[in-house]
Amino acid sequence: MQTPYASRTRSTDEVPSGMAIEVHGLTKSFGEVPVLKGIDLEVQPGKVLALLGPNGAGKTTTVRILATLLRPDGGRALVGGCDVVTQAAQARRLIGLTGQETSVDGLLTGRENLTMLGRLWRLGTRAAERRAEELLALMDLQGAADRPVRTYSGGMRRRLDLAASLVAAPAIMFLDEPTTGLDPLARQKVWDAIGDLMGKGTTVLLTTQYLAEADLLADRVVVIDEGRVIVDGSPKSLKRQVGSERAELAFRDGHELSVAAALLDDNHPVVDREDLTVGLAIDNPWHLHAILGRLRHIGLAPLSATVSQPTLDDVFIAFTESQRPEATKGAE
Amino acid sequence: MTTTTTTRRSSLVTDSRVLIGRSARHIVRSTDALLISFVLPVFQLLLFVYVFGGAIATGTDYVNYVAPGIILVAAGFGAAITATAVNADLTEGLMDRLRSMPIHPSAAVTGHVVASTARNLVVTALVVAVALVVGFRPTAGAWEWVAAIGVLSLFVLAITWISVIMGLVAKSVEAASGFAFFIALLPFVSGAFVPTETMPDALRVVAENQPVTPIVETARGLLLGTPIGNSAWVSIAWCVGILAVAAPTAAMLFRRRTRDA
Repeated sequence: MQTPYASRTRSTDEVPSGMAIEVHGLTKSFGEVPVLKGIDLEVQPGKVLALLGPNGAGKTTTVRILATLLRPDGGRALVGGCDVVTQAAQARRLIGLTGQETSVDGLLTGRENLTMLGRLWRLGTRAAERRAEELLALMDLQGAADRPVRTYSGGMRRRLDLAASLVAAPAIMFLDEPTTGLDPLARQKVWDAIGDLMGKGTTVLLTTQYLAEADLLADRVVVIDEGRVIVDGSPKSLKRQVGSERAELAFRDGHELSVAAALLDDNHPVVDREDLTVGLAIDNPWHLHAILGRLRHIGLAPLSATVSQPTLDDVFIAFTESQRPEATKGAE
Repeated sequence: MTTTTTTRRSSLVTDSRVLIGRSARHIVRSTDALLISFVLPVFQLLLFVYVFGGAIATGTDYVNYVAPGIILVAAGFGAAITATAVNADLTEGLMDRLRSMPIHPSAAVTGHVVASTARNLVVTALVVAVALVVGFRPTAGAWEWVAAIGVLSLFVLAITWISVIMGLVAKSVEAASGFAFFIALLPFVSGAFVPTETMPDALRVVAENQPVTPIVETARGLLLGTPIGNSAWVSIAWCVGILAVAAPTAAMLFRRRTRDA
């Protein structure tokens, strides 16, 4: 089907390798400071990849290179099969970018911003106005459409920014920390908008510091730290690497704690004498049932028993700690 | 590869048109900046005519002597606004968005230059109108007016490109506007307010060999019938020379600043 806003865009169907985003051995230094030390990643068309890492890990630099805003020192980056250095013009037809700094014009209204971008994408004035209206509705900004953007709240600006990247319905979207600094309600609205993109088959690369966000949105997670990829996998597989579900049993005093720990010794308990808890890896809920049965058998009742999924926080801590020099361990 | 060049040129025209529209909206909406760019020169005109004018001997009615200079001052104040606008685009995020889109790389700068030049010319017309009210009596005929407007437009365009450079070089919006006020000071060290013969020798050499003096002499000659001499050609040479250096420099700085920022 011919879209009305296709004049400056093209689809990614014709890409030979089949990958929407391909990055090989990407390096970049700012002056003497190496920021990227050889990043490799791939994203299949229509998938969402979360680039996860602490501040200064190289997330934004990677996104800026992919969005043709920065030249890499070494390695190669392809978006939709186009090299971001030698075929920047073609690459730009495929991509949308929402950066950390909102990149909309504060003196123009929301509607004017979107219409201006539509005209730059060659939609024609009428179609640009229609597209602006659609996007304002999609981002729930109709009420503020004719107010100058500098009067918008942080969440509204971010949504407008997202709308601005969607004007040409790009095949590939880069979202650099799309929810940083937003309140929970605003964050939910941005997540809904990203969910909408996923439903439309857009390839998304998003960076985040929020592990829950990566878990919620991404098909695949790449954890980077100090310019290197340290883990690459699905959210589930990463959690599996850290362990199965965890149960935590709390006890009344140190004596009960010791008794329970001794009894459950074959389950490799992690005993916390401060919190008076015993942590256990469990394979399934019946396993927990069996453990509680053994305690009951000797007449010992824990104060509480809680089961939790290992979070990506656990993944993150586990993998970044193991990569760093001993001296910095546990510094925070 | 004719098709490619044609496409590139047409994309420059279309993209620029959209971005000129954007800059024009900025000008209309930043009412405070617009007001300052008009009120400051008018205030200066009144100050010179009514406060200092009586003490400055120019051999003519002082308002006639000073009005062409005030017009150049107005262009200088306008430069600060242009430099600020260019810098804001770089330091705020919008430039990233434009650069990640397939638009002509020069369109963003062109938008600023065209809109700023237009704004300066409108402010100039308003300043001239106030000057007429306080006693400015040009003797120019239609052709002289056309020529005077031509020379002033050329000067405004040259100043605008220099302001773009300042906007591109400055690290912050405040610095950009600070740089540009130097342009507004240029007319003070020229024949715009006082005859250069009254200055100390060293200063006089500077004053007589900077672009504002010949441009003021030309504007005076055209509007009031004073002798022009070779000022007209010197003025045109200055403006064309500035444009020939400033425009490519701005383009180069723009590419560099937006490449690895």
